[in-house]
Order: sequence, then structure tokens, then C-alpha cells
Amino acid sequence: MFERAVDGISRSGALAIDAVRRTGAAAVFMMRVLTASGTSITRPALTLREIYFSGALSLVIIMVSGLFVGMVLGMQGYDTLETYGSEEKLGVLVALSLVRELGPVVAALLFASRAGSAITAEIGLMKATDQLVAMEMMAVDPVARVVAPRFWGAVFSMPLLAALFSALGIFGAYLVGVRLLGVDDGAFWSQMQAAVDFRQDIMNGVIKSIVFGIGIAAVATYEGFAAPPTAEGVSRATTRTVVHSSLLVLALDLVLTGFMMQIWG
Amino acid sequence: MNSRMLEFWVGVFVLTGFAALLFLALKVGNLSFGATGDAYTVSANFSNIGSLKVRAPVRAAGVTVGRVTAIDYDSDRYQATVTMSVNARYRFPTDTSASILTSGVLGENYVGLDAGGEETMLEDGGQMSITQSAVVLEHIIGQFLYDKAQESAQ
Repeated sequence: MFERAVDGISRSGALAIDAVRRTGAAAVFMMRVLTASGTSITRPALTLREIYFSGALSLVIIMVSGLFVGMVLGMQGYDTLETYGSEEKLGVLVALSLVRELGPVVAALLFASRAGSAITAEIGLMKATDQLVAMEMMAVDPVARVVAPRFWGAVFSMPLLAALFSALGIFGAYLVGVRLLGVDDGAFWSQMQAAVDFRQDIMNGVIKSIVFGIGIAAVATYEGFAAPPTAEGVSRATTRTVVHSSLLVLALDLVLTGFMMQIWG
Repeated sequence: MNSRMLEFWVGVFVLTGFAALLFLALKVGNLSFGATGDAYTVSANFSNIGSLKVRAPVRAAGVTVGRVTAIDYDSDRYQATVTMSVNARYRFPTDTSASILTSGVLGENYVGLDAGGEETMLEDGGQMSITQSAVVLEHIIGQFLYDKAQESAQ
């Protein structure tokens, strides 16, 4: 009985130590990536390739999901607003929820599972097949050659994808609300334009998506680089990337929204 | 994949991304106001601001000419001090009156400006002395009940 209690306590202690160790290692790794980032600028072709893989190839999933989310918001919003006789506020509802929250957050979640997992798997497999060691043998820094371009490619792609998600979502809500359900066209846009502020709403959404991009890229590259060089290790690292970066995005969103709404601060 | 195709698709991605951002800025956010940073600040005291919020519009003749930037309580006068930033394109006389109005039945509160007849114009940091407070529903109902009671007493 007593032994089991001690066992449980020491297990949670081990978990805490491991969490602190991983956080510290990730921070040290981030510093390595940042100091080795020069190559990503002096050899733009490397970064360009990563923007293609994490950004351009995510275009379709982001655009289609944005359209669908916007359409659903349009239907749900219309249904609720209709009971108050204020359907023309649909544009405001959809635009604010997309630009402030859903655009950055859902795009980031999709990005974490679509591109973050790919980054982890790629770097992890390179490590498992000794490609990273081979680079070091040839005096090529694998952090500068492999990790930093992937990091910056993801950070650059994220705000563009979030903006696309929001734009397509608003277009989807327009299709459903105005074309299908008969909300007045002029009221839809003008009420939206009166309520959405460029700095307070749109720029805050962009800032959010940049922060999410940095978070996802940091988790994905670190997990890949620190993955045990085995098939199981890489598969676990990939899973951890999706879980941890999704949690990180939601937690960061809570903190950032609090600051932006001036609830704390 | 050869590098020209790759560059092409990255170009497509970047251009659509920026186009989306531009769409959000212009069509959704209506960037024209607020981007023109030229604005001057005026303030007014109200005995009751109702549910006026920071960032609420300031309107003159129905046109949005500015935004409320700060709301504070003046403990010397026991009144609310509303500071608003008005686009520098719009000028108002010094005897302009400010009132707290409501758009629609369930709508938000905003500050309505009614231009006066003075020759001199409000400058940056100026103050509007003629103000009308928000209409508080409870006061109206109270007044109404009071009037009814008077009627039936007579």
C-alpha cells in the first residue's frame, strides 16, 4: 500500500522531470535553429522548397475546409439570427468569428496535422537512416541545412493559409447566406465592413497565425530532430507532434485572446 | 519535380495568400478608415453613458467620423469622460453637442455629434460642453409609472 503510493509519487516526479528536460532541450534546440537560420536566407531555394511542401501542398485542404466551415457557419448563424429578425447581421457573425478565431485556429490545427507531422516524419527518418550524421561528417550543419528551412517555411506559410481559410470561409457564408437563404447582399457586406476593424480584428488574427506557425514549426522540427532513430521512435514522434502542437495552438490561443480582448493585462 | 514547377506553385501559393489578406483588409475590414492615421482627439463629459463601449462609432448626420478611444470616470465632477478620435478630414464648431444614441432597438450605443453655429473649430484636445446622456430605459419606465400614478390620483 505504502510502496504503491511512493511508486505513484515517484512516477509523477519522473514525468515532471522529463517534461522540464524536454522543454529545456526544445528551447536550446530553438536557439540552435535561430542561430543557424542564415543559410535559409542566403540559399532561398532551400526555404522555397519547404514553402512548397508545407504551404503550397496545404492549399487545397485549407481552402476546402475554409469553404465548408464558412458554409456551416452561414447556415447555423442564419438559423439563430432569424429568430431575432436580424439575418443581415450574418456577415458580421461569420466574419468576426472567422477572422478572429476560427481562421487562425482551425487552419493551424489542419496545418499541424498536414504539414507538422510531415516535417517530423521527414527529419526523424533522415535521422534514422543516418543522413543527418552523414551531413555532419561532410561538415554540413544539419540544423542549418535541414531544420532551419523547414522551420521558416512553416512560419511563412501559416499566416497566408490562415488568411486564405478566413477569406474562403466568408465567401462560403456569402454563398449560403446571400445566394441560398436570401440575406440582403448589401447589408451582408456593409454591416460586416462596419463591424470588422482592420487593426483590432484582422491584424490580431494575422499575429495569432504567425505565433501558431512558430509554435507548430518549433514542435515539429524539435520532435523530428529528437526522435529516437527507430521506426517506432519516428512514429511516436509524429503522433506527439500532432498532439502537442494542437494543444499548444489551443493554449496559445487562450493566452493571446485574453491579451487581445484586454481581459488580462 | 523540377525547380521551375516548384517556383511556379510557390508563387501561386504566395499570391493567393496575399490576395486573401488583401480581400480581408479591403472587402471585409474596409481599411479606408483608420488607415488614414490623421485624427484629432476631443472629449466630452456625460452624466450617464449607458452601455457605450470603447471603439464605438462617433457619428455626425449618420456618417461615421471617428471612434471612442477611452472612457473614464471623472471623480471631481462625478461624470463620465468620453475621449474620441475624429478623422482630421471632418471639422466641427466648438459648440457642437454630443449625445449618446442607440442604433436600432437592440443596437449598440454610439456618440452622435450635432454641429453648432460657432465660427471657431474644435482643435486637438478640445472639449464639447453641450452633452446629452444616454436614455436609460428604467428611468423612462419610472417616469411613466410616476405620471400614471399622478393621473389616477387626480
